[in-house]
Amino acid sequence: MNDTDVVFKALADPSRRKLLDALNERNGQTLSELCEHLVMTRQAVTQHLGLLESANLVATAWRGREKLHFLNPVPLQEIYDRWIRKFERSRIRAMNDLKKRLEGTNDG
Amino acid sequence: MGKSTFVYVIYIASQPQAVWNGLLDGQFTRQYWDHDNVSDWKAGSAWEHRRTDAARTVDILGEVIEAKAPHHLVISWAQPSDKARKDRYSRVTFDIEAVADMVRLTVTHDELEAGSEMQRKISEGWPRVLSSLKSLLETGRPLQTWAGR
Repeated sequence: MNDTDVVFKALADPSRRKLLDALNERNGQTLSELCEHLVMTRQAVTQHLGLLESANLVATAWRGREKLHFLNPVPLQEIYDRWIRKFERSRIRAMNDLKKRLEGTNDG
Repeated sequence: MGKSTFVYVIYIASQPQAVWNGLLDGQFTRQYWDHDNVSDWKAGSAWEHRRTDAARTVDILGEVIEAKAPHHLVISWAQPSDKARKDRYSRVTFDIEAVADMVRLTVTHDELEAGSEMQRKISEGWPRVLSSLKSLLETGRPLQTWAGR
């Protein structure tokens, strides 16, 4: 699997998306805090967080003895740059071409 | 209002020194960041994030707090209008580590005033800046991430 596959796989699970939403709401939470958002065992949450971390969607940092989890949106930005922006560009170009034809203007 | 922290991690197929230069060398940052980062990058020195236009407007400024090339850099971060308001400064830490044949770049932006305009700007900005830096280092071309602002 390449990096993009890992990100899409990580996003494919509703519990993992819920964890990302919880971090988006409040960044830098402990495992215990994140467990409050989900009706599942601590062990299951740990596994989901591990998968999100290996997809680089979650970054962790230690504050004293507490391990804090942070939403890392950088891989999502890469997907946006790689996929979505490209399609936007071609749509804009198509609309510009249409505009030129309808208005009967020449290049420049 | 409390203070908040953001942590961004990106893996770049590059070398630590190249990533360090990519963050600090004005001739390089202007290609993907639309700004020059200007300083001598010594602890205690000032740094400025300047536009590349003729006016060279300063958009962000601060001080270099720690600099250990090419692995660790800590700077303070403020809007020019807050220059005299040290309580409004936030802090950015760059950690650059080699991991196998990649570089893991971690950007920690903390001491941000929760809910502030600066927090909104940086949480939109860092993912774009880092993604564009990666593209420039890996392919020789930056992303057109600031086009159409």
